[in-house]
Amino acid sequence: MIVAGCDIGSLTTKVVLFDGKKILASSIIKSKPKPEDGAYEALQQACAIATVNQDTITYCVGTGYGRKRVPFANDTISEISCHTKGAFYLYPNVRTIIDIGGQDCKVISLNTQGEVDRFVTNDKCAAGTGRFLEVMAKVLKVELQELSNMAKKGNEAITLASACTVWAQADVIKYLNEGISKENIALGVCKSMAKRVGVLVNQASIKKDVCITGGVAKNTAVVKELENLLGVTIIKITNVDPQLTGALGAALFAYQKAGGK
Amino acid sequence: MIVAGCDIGSTTAKAVILDDSTIIATILLPVEGSPKDAALLLLSSVQEKTGIQPSQIEAWCGTGYGQKNIPYASTVESEIVCHAKGVQFIDPDVRTIIDIGGQDAKVCRIDAYGNVQRYVYNDKCASGTGRFLEITADVLEVPITELATLDAKGVKEVTLSNQCVVFAETEVISLLNSGEDMGNIVKGLHRALASRVASLALSIGVEEKIAFTGGVAHNAGMVGALERVLKTKLVVHEYCQMMGALGAALIAQERIKNRVAS
Repeated sequence: MIVAGCDIGSLTTKVVLFDGKKILASSIIKSKPKPEDGAYEALQQACAIATVNQDTITYCVGTGYGRKRVPFANDTISEISCHTKGAFYLYPNVRTIIDIGGQDCKVISLNTQGEVDRFVTNDKCAAGTGRFLEVMAKVLKVELQELSNMAKKGNEAITLASACTVWAQADVIKYLNEGISKENIALGVCKSMAKRVGVLVNQASIKKDVCITGGVAKNTAVVKELENLLGVTIIKITNVDPQLTGALGAALFAYQKAGGK
Repeated sequence: MIVAGCDIGSTTAKAVILDDSTIIATILLPVEGSPKDAALLLLSSVQEKTGIQPSQIEAWCGTGYGQKNIPYASTVESEIVCHAKGVQFIDPDVRTIIDIGGQDAKVCRIDAYGNVQRYVYNDKCASGTGRFLEITADVLEVPITELATLDAKGVKEVTLSNQCVVFAETEVISLLNSGEDMGNIVKGLHRALASRVASLALSIGVEEKIAFTGGVAHNAGMVGALERVLKTKLVVHEYCQMMGALGAALIAQERIKNRVAS
């Protein structure tokens, strides 16, 4: 039996195909103005990689911000539940999940059964979300993916007076004009990002093990700053792209709903 | 006795020149370089803009974000105190001041003598400041001075689901793409900023009369939005952007008098 999970986020759309034992294929594409188009494209990509026909998919669960727009979904489940499901499957010892997406940040506490105990979320303010890093990368004229490596080369982080993306942007421009190196600015940006996420983590209260998911998990400079700030080791998901955790959780739910064990 | 107050804000520099209790001139300049550059430019424009010789000015009092960078100011005072003084001079019945500047917003409660009783301040989040309108006007590709005109053409307030400037920017783009009327969007933006500032104001409570000051108060659409949210009329003076500088000038005057008296 093949099932699918589809996670429509604000910036990317993800699909995971699962057969009850392993991930058969996955895809990550940019979300489309019409979320349905993105969902189809991501599904087609994943099916092509797994060389399976779309029609052989028994069940699909949609999740994420655009979950109601997954045209081929049999059911929808919240991203909190799907992230929890996915992370617990990958790491049964996980008790705190920090998920940083393109437009939000969630901190989820879970119990030993892998059920959600409590969660806090920020989707009101761009600071502490992927959007913050995106805006900063644009000001620094570097690709978002380069920001992390750039920050690691910095040795003297600049300080940003306020967490606010708009004010930070003005600060970064000011530092660039003063001739401060992009590396030191990038390091300051990652520190500010970690600080903002840290505030949310502390609201949720932290239990070990802690793992990080979502696109920003790939920015290891931010993760390292967050570890320093929180004084804990954060598990990096290596066997699966951390951005796929929600889609994986959706696929796991799909498998259960389709009668799989 | 001629005295002057100088308010170096984040986006504009203002000066008010006072001859006893008469405002004889005001100057408003954009801040382009450093606060010090702006302060010096302001001084050098006094004669040209007002016909007053800078040497005739007995004392300057500085205020605002750049108050420490005014080389010719003999005294300085905080923005809040200056605003309170300035507003009380214009309308002694005012008990609450709502000031929205380019990079901050403040709400200040004053007594009948213009003394500050309580105040709250936001400079941490851009969404409750003039910058919110600046950035969203940019997305709409209209000059910020056109916002009031567009607001007047709107027939309904579009509800924005985001407060954060960064998220609102994206929302405005998708509203435009979906064909929403510009006037309605602008009305929605004014409403959003008004709600944000009103909640700041309500955190310390408001008492009438309420004066609306700062550069944003020149925007009639914003005045209307704030009046609707607070359900009351606001006092908006033609010198609404000059209250800090006016208060500073009054303080310069007071301090000279005190010096003479002692």
